[in-house]
Amino acid sequence: MNLHGIWAIYRFEMARFGRTVWTSLLVPVITTSLYFIVFGSAIGSRMSEVSGVPYGAFIVPGLMLLAIFSESILNASLGIYMPKFTGTIYEILSAPLSPLETVLGYVGAATTKSVIIGLVIFATAHLFVDLPVLHPLAAAGFLILVAATFCLFGFAIGIWAKGFEQLQVIPLLVVTPMTFLGGAFYSVQILPEPWRTVTLFNPVVYLINGFRWTFFGTSDVALGISLAVTGGFLLACLAWISWIFRTGWRLKS
Amino acid sequence: MTGAVLTLAGVAKTYAPRGSQPGTTALQPVDLSIRRGEIFALLGPNGAGKTTLISIICGIVTPSAGTITVDGHDAQADYKAARRAIGLVPQELSTDAFESVLATVSFSRRLFGRAADPAYIEQLLRDLALWEKRNARIMELSGGMKRRVLIAKALAHEPEILFLDEPSAGVDVALRRDMWTMVRSLRDRGVTIILTTHYIEEAEEMADRVGVIAKGRLLLVDEKAALMSRLGKRTLDLTLTEPMAAIPDALADWHPTLEQDGHVLRYVFNATDERTGIPSFLRRVQELGIGFKDLETAKSSLEDIFVDLVGERA
Repeated sequence: MNLHGIWAIYRFEMARFGRTVWTSLLVPVITTSLYFIVFGSAIGSRMSEVSGVPYGAFIVPGLMLLAIFSESILNASLGIYMPKFTGTIYEILSAPLSPLETVLGYVGAATTKSVIIGLVIFATAHLFVDLPVLHPLAAAGFLILVAATFCLFGFAIGIWAKGFEQLQVIPLLVVTPMTFLGGAFYSVQILPEPWRTVTLFNPVVYLINGFRWTFFGTSDVALGISLAVTGGFLLACLAWISWIFRTGWRLKS
Repeated sequence: MTGAVLTLAGVAKTYAPRGSQPGTTALQPVDLSIRRGEIFALLGPNGAGKTTLISIICGIVTPSAGTITVDGHDAQADYKAARRAIGLVPQELSTDAFESVLATVSFSRRLFGRAADPAYIEQLLRDLALWEKRNARIMELSGGMKRRVLIAKALAHEPEILFLDEPSAGVDVALRRDMWTMVRSLRDRGVTIILTTHYIEEAEEMADRVGVIAKGRLLLVDEKAALMSRLGKRTLDLTLTEPMAAIPDALADWHPTLEQDGHVLRYVFNATDERTGIPSFLRRVQELGIGFKDLETAKSSLEDIFVDLVGERA
């Protein structure tokens, strides 16, 4: 195992995060605060509870995952796209690194950043609402699992992308709408049919509900299905990345 | 200088057809053996396949066929050990603009699996006149300094083999001289150097052996002296005052030719020969009363040489 190599990539990526740390952290803090002002105060004041949880607290897991999804994809995709763009990818490709080691370095760093941002949002949310976490270990595990999964997805997108605009396509046009429609700000149970059934085809529903269960012990869907969907997506991303390294697709000539 | 440090057997690269674009053969099967501790120049015009070849060896391009052995390690099956032995200085100035010189060179050492060694990195940066700039961000450096940074990055993990892809591209005279000095000093320390170039002069100045590549084919590999004698053809053109219909028998020993409808008398000679034959040729021309108004000598262009070589091998 080339531990020095993994550590080199990890440190390099974290240094990139460090150069923009204030922007990276301030943006989620401001965004979360705005969501609380709009959804928590304006709408929440008109809603008492959702599934037995105060509305302000109810939206926190969804808010955290909303940021985790986009930050994970953005950080991981930029991490591998930038060397491709600047040409420094030659050094990564010619280094004695296995695909696993390369992914550990890039995705490990991106996951760390996403988890930090998730925790910042969690801390910010505490300023607005009382927020108990019923299963803290499960919450931490789920947070890391989802962050790592979306970082793997972002890593693959970074290799797929041929330009900066393509880096934005999936997070902006696919993931964010799916998150908004995936019960980030509401319970699937309050939707009328057929939308309730349609929504259950959105995989993000299972991610948000799984994470919400770790906070409040309640969920619109079974926890097992949430974990299975998250695990399934993780495996799909791993399979995609494994295929990329095996074939050299958009990585090697 | 014993044994082969790098062996290529049947290494080829073909790009599959894409849409309306037909498939292309970037590199026809190459067999090549590089001796430990030598400086080997891969000489060829732009687009000849030089960068493709070294990119395959370094793991950047996937070969379509063939096997590569680096320092006794198969480049596919034992790629980590093989890559650890190689350092690459690319042709393009591809750098991380926001990183400092020290950080980026230290990064390269760790990337190749070596533990940090501040003393070695300091010496390396001093050797390349980069120590004073160690805290400067790469974006603040000149092109020449960036080239030095790339060399430092390639040497950071103390490789056995150093690839220099077109090291003279965009480099001023001072840096070129420094680089050649550095390359020789690396060779003296046992590092094998493989450089690509399209300058005959560079190959002549630096290399122990030279390989000529054109249109994806490695045409020949030879000792520098032997090859330079072959490639070092020059021409002497005499622009005649009166056109000539035929070569006088008295000039037959020099095998001159008539060009441009008899207006130019051309004598081809070898620049590396101790006796070029020019003085005797001119003396005989004068004795024969052949008048000329201009005299010009020219080196065969690399393109001409390649055309000749391709013609010979076809």
